[in-house]
Amino acid sequence: MTSLFRAVLDSPWLTPVLTSLVLTAVFPLGVGYLSLLERKLLADFQGRLGPMRVGPHGLLQPLADALKMLLKEDIVPSEAEKSLFAAAPIVSVAAAMMGLTVLPFSGHIFIADVNVGLLIVLAFSSLGAMGIILGGWASNSHYSLLGALRSAAQLVSYEIGLGLGLLAGVMVAGTLSLRSIVEAQLHRHIWFAFSNFGLMLLPFSVFVMAGVAETNRIPFDLPEAESELVAGYHTEFSGFRWGLYMLAEWGNILVVSSVAVTLFLGGWLRPFPDIALLDLPLNAGIPLLTFGGIAVYCMRRAALARLRYERLILIAVSVVFLVTGLAFLIPEPRAQLSGLFWFLAKLSSFVYSVIWLRATLPRVRYDQLMDFGWKYLIPLGLIGLVVNAIIGLL
Amino acid sequence: MPPTYAAQYLPVLIQILIAVAVAGGMIGASAVIGRRVKDRVKNSPYESGMKPVGSARERFSVKFYLVAMLFILFDIEAIFLYPWTVVYRDLVKLDLNHGLGGFLNGLFGFFEMVVFVLLVLCGFFYIWKKGVLNWAIEDKDEPIEEKKRAA
Repeated sequence: MTSLFRAVLDSPWLTPVLTSLVLTAVFPLGVGYLSLLERKLLADFQGRLGPMRVGPHGLLQPLADALKMLLKEDIVPSEAEKSLFAAAPIVSVAAAMMGLTVLPFSGHIFIADVNVGLLIVLAFSSLGAMGIILGGWASNSHYSLLGALRSAAQLVSYEIGLGLGLLAGVMVAGTLSLRSIVEAQLHRHIWFAFSNFGLMLLPFSVFVMAGVAETNRIPFDLPEAESELVAGYHTEFSGFRWGLYMLAEWGNILVVSSVAVTLFLGGWLRPFPDIALLDLPLNAGIPLLTFGGIAVYCMRRAALARLRYERLILIAVSVVFLVTGLAFLIPEPRAQLSGLFWFLAKLSSFVYSVIWLRATLPRVRYDQLMDFGWKYLIPLGLIGLVVNAIIGLL
Repeated sequence: MPPTYAAQYLPVLIQILIAVAVAGGMIGASAVIGRRVKDRVKNSPYESGMKPVGSARERFSVKFYLVAMLFILFDIEAIFLYPWTVVYRDLVKLDLNHGLGGFLNGLFGFFEMVVFVLLVLCGFFYIWKKGVLNWAIEDKDEPIEEKKRAA
């Protein structure tokens, strides 16, 4: 028994499998809270309060949503292809989660370090389009079919722009392994978005624009344009199947943002990673201020809360954030956590911008969408590649 | 890390299995917990409350096929560039000590790519000028034709 235990403990699979399981557990919960964040932010942009009823400040809303989706009737339309209809959302969500496997969340935390990591991310993001077109076609409804076709055309069009943006980044890094890319940025003392005298900003912006379109977000959310197509490819999906599509959509946003952070914004590196003097203020000070600030805010809210259970929840949240913040003061956990902190900080700013875009921009027309993808992004991507190749000569 | 090359990909495989199992499990759970009431009208395809008109298995615009074909072409071209980008920094050397020949030799990798990208661009502008990329119908003759017919 003990020898088996030892064998499991010493096995090289332990860390990947554990990280995998943690990711699988954290991912749906995190996406649930991202949806709450989106609703709260949109409400804030529009001068509303957003969800306030379930839990203090709507903090339990995602759990209530998940429960509601579980209890909803799982409708399969009579005309649908049953097996494909069942498989499509699973394909979508699996593809979105696969993208996360090769991403390095910090120097120590990753599932697989593959030497063609970036290609794997691209491959799985293409697979996501399969889930969408399968679902739309299997529904056997006019709206679903149109939504799926539009979606497929949009995804493949912008994937070229996305790929061209990435190419320039790979050219500067000289590797496809996402971990080595971050390490290259450490050795080169610069985030790749700003290298080549700032000219890398061109491929970076091409990548970001194509990424927003690739994840079906406003202003490019034509696949689910509710004013013309009801809900696009997921018109016929209800209950948890619909929930899986939402999970996949957020998963794709996270994957694209993580790739942007890893390739262009230094991944888990803190700002100015080679100035040792800044280690303490940046790796201990800023996390402590961030988490401590949230903790203090939650405490103040707890003091104002009227209901007892709301107060208890807010105090618990506050304590969790305070403990996390204080952990950064101890050297050992700091070394483990600071990479993850900076990665998540950069990722959060990306996610915030994506939600901000939704609050700011109107939806484009379909022909404008295709025009922008083919006539602007692809030439811009090629120009960015050639210009940076010329600078790379020097 | 796992020692062998293929073994690097095992965590990815594990993650696929876990992801499919979790997604399938969620749907299964909702199928068990959620109640089902069969209803012929409710289970019909959604068309804004109307009776569905015809089947959804109908023909759609040929433009979608064109986009698919162009995507395959351009994506393959982008894929061709990936190996080149990975080795680019080693491939190109700015050699100023061996005269013009040495200089051009060092730039071989760069010019290879420029020729390739130019060829891609030629094809790109060809399909552009052929009007394949115009999604909206903007045939300039059409309104005149209609006017003629009307007259």
